[in-house]
Amino acid sequence: MTIFERISPMAQSAEHVLDHFELFRGSEYQQMLANKKNMFENPRDPAEVERITEWAKTPEYREKNFAREALTINPAKACQPLGAVFASVGFEGTLPFVHGSQGCVAYYRSHLSRHFKEPSSCVSSSMTEDAAVFGGLNNMIDGLANSYNIYKPKMIAVSTTCMAEVIGDDLNAFIKTSKEKGSVPADFDVPFAHTPAFVGSHVTGYDNALKGILEHFWDGKAGTTPKLERVPNEKINFIGGFDGYTVGNIREIKRIFELMGIQYTVLADNSDVFDTPTDGEFRMYDGGTTLEDAAKAVHAKATISMQQWCTEKTLPFIADHGHEIVAFNYPVGVSATDEFLMALSRITGKDIPEELARERGRLVDAMADSSAHVHGKKFAIYGDPDLCYGLAAFLLELGAEPIHVLSTNGNKDWEAKMQTLFASSPFGQNCHAYPGRDLWHMRSLLFTEPVDFLIGNTYGKYLERDTGTPLIRIGFPIFDRHHHHRSPVWGYHGGMNVLVKILDKIFDEIDKKTNVLGKTDYSFDIIR
Amino acid sequence: MSLATTQSIAEIKARNKELIEEVLKVYPEKTAKRRAKHLNVHEAGKSDCGVKSNLKSIPGVMTIRGCAYAGSKGVVWGPIKDMIHISHGPVGCGQYSWGSRRNYYVGTTGIDSFVTLQFTSDFQEKDIVFGGDKKLVKIIDEIQELFPLNNGITIQSECPIGLIGDDIEAVSRAKSKEYGGKTIVPVRCEGFRGVSQSLGHHIANDAVRDWVFDKVSPEGKAAFEPTPYDVAIIGDYNIGGDAWSSRILLEEMGLRVIAQWSGDGSLAELEATPKAKLNVLHCYRSMNYISRHMEEKFGIPWCEYNFFGPSKIVESLRKIAGFFDDKIKEGAERVIAKYQPLVDAVVAKYRPRLEGKSVMLFVGGLRPRHVIGAYEDLGMEVVGTGYEFGHNDDYQRTAQHYVKDGTLIYDDVTGYEFERFVEKVQPDLVGSGIKEKYVFQKMGVPFRQMHSWDYSGPYHGYDGFAIFARDMDMAINSPIWKKTKAPWKDIQKTKLLAAE
Repeated sequence: MTIFERISPMAQSAEHVLDHFELFRGSEYQQMLANKKNMFENPRDPAEVERITEWAKTPEYREKNFAREALTINPAKACQPLGAVFASVGFEGTLPFVHGSQGCVAYYRSHLSRHFKEPSSCVSSSMTEDAAVFGGLNNMIDGLANSYNIYKPKMIAVSTTCMAEVIGDDLNAFIKTSKEKGSVPADFDVPFAHTPAFVGSHVTGYDNALKGILEHFWDGKAGTTPKLERVPNEKINFIGGFDGYTVGNIREIKRIFELMGIQYTVLADNSDVFDTPTDGEFRMYDGGTTLEDAAKAVHAKATISMQQWCTEKTLPFIADHGHEIVAFNYPVGVSATDEFLMALSRITGKDIPEELARERGRLVDAMADSSAHVHGKKFAIYGDPDLCYGLAAFLLELGAEPIHVLSTNGNKDWEAKMQTLFASSPFGQNCHAYPGRDLWHMRSLLFTEPVDFLIGNTYGKYLERDTGTPLIRIGFPIFDRHHHHRSPVWGYHGGMNVLVKILDKIFDEIDKKTNVLGKTDYSFDIIR
Repeated sequence: MSLATTQSIAEIKARNKELIEEVLKVYPEKTAKRRAKHLNVHEAGKSDCGVKSNLKSIPGVMTIRGCAYAGSKGVVWGPIKDMIHISHGPVGCGQYSWGSRRNYYVGTTGIDSFVTLQFTSDFQEKDIVFGGDKKLVKIIDEIQELFPLNNGITIQSECPIGLIGDDIEAVSRAKSKEYGGKTIVPVRCEGFRGVSQSLGHHIANDAVRDWVFDKVSPEGKAAFEPTPYDVAIIGDYNIGGDAWSSRILLEEMGLRVIAQWSGDGSLAELEATPKAKLNVLHCYRSMNYISRHMEEKFGIPWCEYNFFGPSKIVESLRKIAGFFDDKIKEGAERVIAKYQPLVDAVVAKYRPRLEGKSVMLFVGGLRPRHVIGAYEDLGMEVVGTGYEFGHNDDYQRTAQHYVKDGTLIYDDVTGYEFERFVEKVQPDLVGSGIKEKYVFQKMGVPFRQMHSWDYSGPYHGYDGFAIFARDMDMAINSPIWKKTKAPWKDIQKTKLLAAE
């Protein structure tokens, strides 16, 4: 008997206040809802609903579903400016300014706040119909002046909504004019990036915004200062990419750099601004890459990106400035972390300290301890292209099979890279990558080729409900579980966290399947 | 804590006026002049709150507002459960608004109900360059094939649609004809239209008028015999089940609810609404338009009501009953009597914990005024309020029926203003949205989201009032707010004082 059965049909009371998930189970409400449906909703024949429900599980439906050319249903991607805002707040005192309609900014802020459980500060130039006709220059002029005076930023990073892109507003010219009109001082930093929502996804926006900021500092601030002359030093630049675990991950990476004695600059370091304390003070800005460090980053020896597909334009731009560039695909687990550390060691000439070797050993130890429970299990994964790659690689390492790997914002190159990964492992032989597909495609995959577990973001709970595939929440956004973003998934520590997340779900499922008193509970073991 | 308890009204007014002067100082002159019109201190006896409203937000000030698309897809149309709502344009708008409003419904999602699915045309560059009408045609075909039990389709325009000159009306008409008169509704709710969500509500209301009322579909006819007691709930989005905890009261008093607009609503209910004898309107802001239309065209009277907190519920039940015969009037009294013990128990339990606590609100729709009574039922006082996208008629209603003398009023408040106001007024609770929640919690101020009910609810009706009271208590009296300062920092301060 569940809690719900025990309490229904009890009515509301002050003593034991019933929440929505209990209240509406009561017989009064159930009767009311049944009447509503039958009398007024003109409902479909239940047999027909049942028939279509079953049909939607079939290979025939899957074929029609995969034949879709125009309609997208439940995509696992967002639009460019979200990524631009995410990257921009990673710089010291930086206010993201999105040029275009204001509703977009309300959406980005809400989306980021719901994931991080943190404030998300960002302004809009609030363009409306007249701006659609005449262009948004005045909105930029007024907007920059207002933002500068009210929120006292050290930098304003401009990006665009699709409205401004469709009408063709020229950010470079607009910002120049705004400065001439005195909106902000002539030498105030206003980097910019065009971030059309109809190209790429939030990872593209991250890339464009970061490139825009580096270009601003390195290449002469839109023609207003001389380009920086690179004087190579021993520092390493680090780029995390768009990452729901940015708080935990960047802190872990800094710890690793410090253990190795590496001089580094984390670019777009938003690990503090998305994890501010509750101590009586609201910090609109916190931490972040200092503007000085952003400029000096041009002198670095090398730049490391943890996410290739988040830095497709930024890395070549950096390479053109003479850096060695190294890109990873969201390294998770033993080998991926090994490669990351060895790359650091190679570039900097620093040894990997014994402490990290011991951490590695502990992760291997944990994987060996638990291997029997993961080995041979089938998984489906969806998310951003790099995240999918990193998690799939880790599963292969665990002897698990990432059967379906789907990335709505993954492209053909990503698919090829995934297939190469699968081909490299005996556990990858039955695995497939699905670029450009959405979660309604995933639904068909889970019905027609079932797996044991699904890894994805919060929206995966709909798939869990519909197909019965248990969901392990890893990705962005995670709205319905709290605080996981504060722990890393990178480094050996991070690999341990991912392993535990997976194992917890596996054990919970075994328990769930063996907990019926007198029926299945012979397997309800206390030791597993 | 609440300064209101220790200050005279005159002092409060002076302080609030000073506060307004102070926040305006940060703005450039032109902006200060514009913002000044949106900030005021309420004077008792005035017919409105003395602020301008429904004007453009100022660029760069961090408005809390959304857009017309949010008003149409997010608010009005999105909850209609048996229709598929296409977010037409790039992927973001539909993604950010996917499932986040908590419009509860009962149905087989993905088969005969579609509220928590994200249907988008995911515009690419070629769609912008060559237009999206052909893609829309194909999308409708694909929907028909994969979701055969959908009862209709709406096309929720995102910004580019109106800018690239797509003719979604022509596509809708053609496809409707092709599919035997199927209800297909084009909605011109591009985000750049108007100044906030508000125009989106209006446009969405007009779309119901033009594309549903004027063309009742053959498949949508609800087969019921009218009774003298038929009413429709208008402007309740069933957030956390609000419309359900309201409907049950109307039914208990003897009325028959033939439609819900739009929480847990269906196309058949929209189509049947002209049969109602009375439209009862909760969110005036978002659905007064269609109520007025039904009054003019079908002669259906409408009445505003307020189901937040027992005082307003009692008032509203009697007001609604006033449109009907003695049977219903007696029914209203019966309902009031039935729930009085629950009200008494809730008030007895929570009022002592909340008495004298002050609240500042900033919300959309009806809530900046409608929830005030519920707070007052718990002995709390609203000391500041404002509308995200209200019009003057909202401020009139607020002034005439809700707020007290000296209340701080802030229309389309900016992030900066709200933060300063709260910092200075030091309310015991702030009620606003997700973008504001963490700002104030960082400051150590208890907070409840008053759009999503902070993932709780329902807050409407008697059942909802118990949850509302419990939630406000747990926000304000959470032990965590005593721990926001590190103890050694307090010690240092004490030592410092001792040394002086």
